[in-house]
Amino acid sequence: MASILIDQVSKIYDGGVHAVKAIDIAIEDGEFIVLVGPSGCGKSTLLRMVAGLEAISQGTVSIGGRVINNVEPAERDIAMVFQNYALYPHMSVYDNLAYGLRNRKTPKAEIEARVTEAARMLEIEPYLKRKPRALSGGQRQRVAMGRAIVRKPAVFLFDEPLSNLDAKLRVTMRGEIRKLQRRLATTAIYVTHDQLEAMTLADRLVVLNGGTIEQIGTPLEVYHRPASTFVASFIGAPAMNLLDGAIEGDRLVIGDVSMAFGAQPGTTGSVTVGVRAEDLTLAGEGDQRLPFKVDYVEELGAHRLVHGHLSSQALTAVVPVEAEITEELQLTVAPERIHFFAKETGRRIERPGSPVEGGAVRSYAREASFA
Amino acid sequence: MYRTKFFDHLILIAGVILMLGPLVVAFTTSTHTAAEIHSNGLMLSIGGHLEETYGKVLFRKGGFTGEVTGMTMAVNSLILGLGFAIGKIVLSMLAAYAIVYFRFRFATLAFWLIFTTLLLPLEVRIMPSYKVMSELGLLNSHVGLILPLLASATGTFFFRQFFKSVPDELLEAARIDGAGPVKFFIDVLVPLSRTMIAAVFIIMFVYGWNQYLWPMLMTTDESFYTLMRGIKQILQVWVGSQIPDYNEAFAMAVLAMLPPVVVVVIFQSWFIKGLTESDK
Repeated sequence: MASILIDQVSKIYDGGVHAVKAIDIAIEDGEFIVLVGPSGCGKSTLLRMVAGLEAISQGTVSIGGRVINNVEPAERDIAMVFQNYALYPHMSVYDNLAYGLRNRKTPKAEIEARVTEAARMLEIEPYLKRKPRALSGGQRQRVAMGRAIVRKPAVFLFDEPLSNLDAKLRVTMRGEIRKLQRRLATTAIYVTHDQLEAMTLADRLVVLNGGTIEQIGTPLEVYHRPASTFVASFIGAPAMNLLDGAIEGDRLVIGDVSMAFGAQPGTTGSVTVGVRAEDLTLAGEGDQRLPFKVDYVEELGAHRLVHGHLSSQALTAVVPVEAEITEELQLTVAPERIHFFAKETGRRIERPGSPVEGGAVRSYAREASFA
Repeated sequence: MYRTKFFDHLILIAGVILMLGPLVVAFTTSTHTAAEIHSNGLMLSIGGHLEETYGKVLFRKGGFTGEVTGMTMAVNSLILGLGFAIGKIVLSMLAAYAIVYFRFRFATLAFWLIFTTLLLPLEVRIMPSYKVMSELGLLNSHVGLILPLLASATGTFFFRQFFKSVPDELLEAARIDGAGPVKFFIDVLVPLSRTMIAAVFIIMFVYGWNQYLWPMLMTTDESFYTLMRGIKQILQVWVGSQIPDYNEAFAMAVLAMLPPVVVVVIFQSWFIKGLTESDK
């Protein structure tokens, strides 16, 4: 168990490619941190630098207060779960779990006890004598987790561990990883490109793009107050609608549509307007009306996604199943549910009256430490 | 599924006859006396001298010194075959391990240097090799027979390709599990390479077993003679009215064939097993 301090860490490859740019993250003891971003954003590189599989070009990484830049991976007190599991194919499940302990000269009885305990926890006891090739994907995944658990490390590192599983199994395993991490209260860093996985697992999310941090925050903070258009479009499904608009006085103008904007928008001129699909509702009597041309409908069972245009800009709205869908719908949105982003930088424009943005970076006390 | 038809079997049977025919003839001929063979040529019937001929070939002391038996020669061939196969596998695995897993300067150059030695087989460098061995005082020794032929570009290339196909995560997982370079090699790479080792072993054992030119040059002491030279020796006694012991030559050829057959049969089953159940 340990806190991790990532301080101004950069990765520059031989060819001069700057994969990770001066990243700072302070991770508390027992916290579950998810690094999320599109492929090539540097999330895996960052994780591998913490693991010691990649050299750190600049900056320092400390685990439990000890700088580990030049420490061998085996001495860092970490365990890693790989995307393709990386089980030793010629060893039985038992030997796979025990290998790391044997290399550390752990007494035989202790190895036996730890492997049995991990196997019980992960329900892989019946397979201990089998070779990995005789296991299904989900079982291999459990063995890979078991290999991490038996070591009782200070930090778990997960490198997209669920992306080789089918959708249903992924949901189950996601829950199990979360439960296990809470139970063991071990600090964890988890890399994924799947925003849903990130939202459901994380105590705090780190959204990365092009080697820099776009935003750090709890899933709800990141969802409700995205720090940039990148975060807005990356987190949440369907992605947040981003429209070109302008603020003129107390009215918001989008193309040839305009709506009264009661509260102070906090800015003027052209902006990027962000609206979540689920914040758009069908206009009732007396609501402001945004005329919306329907292109096509996606039925999701619980609700429908309606894709269409608002004054020739693409827009997606969530509409209840019982609503009748005509060629043109009248939508409305509560003014406080609208996000503004600066046109040039894509950064969020905070509106007067809402909490200061710095809150997104503040540390986050975990509610489940005693679970 | 494709159903085998009569005609398919016909082709296969023809193939079997073509491949096995000469061996069967060699065996049946070897059971006759030399005089019979000399007058009648090759024979398909089984003669009455099976035990006699084979016993003589294996255990009769012969040669100029009168000390060499077929068994001694077989042991020499076996040492050569095994020494070759094991030595080459160890050497080329270590070389491939260095090339694939360690970043050192000129690694690629080193690999291509090794690879170009394929263009320089023993026959091309036989005199220099002989000179080196002679100056090292290794003529007439097993070490001298084996050592100059151990470096194997083919083996190194095979293992390099195989090591490259092993996922990097395996190395990374092993590093996190606290396995150093030696441990990773012995605990993970060698067991994973079992099928490759079996394949290379087959090729190299047969290659070593069948060596003729190099042993002939390197050894003058009869106690280092191999089976291949022994066969030649039997046929070299055309003096006066004496006829060569054809039966013995055939018997020895049949015996000389057995160990490679055994090796191929044993390792082939591992080889195929490894191929079918491998899952990386």
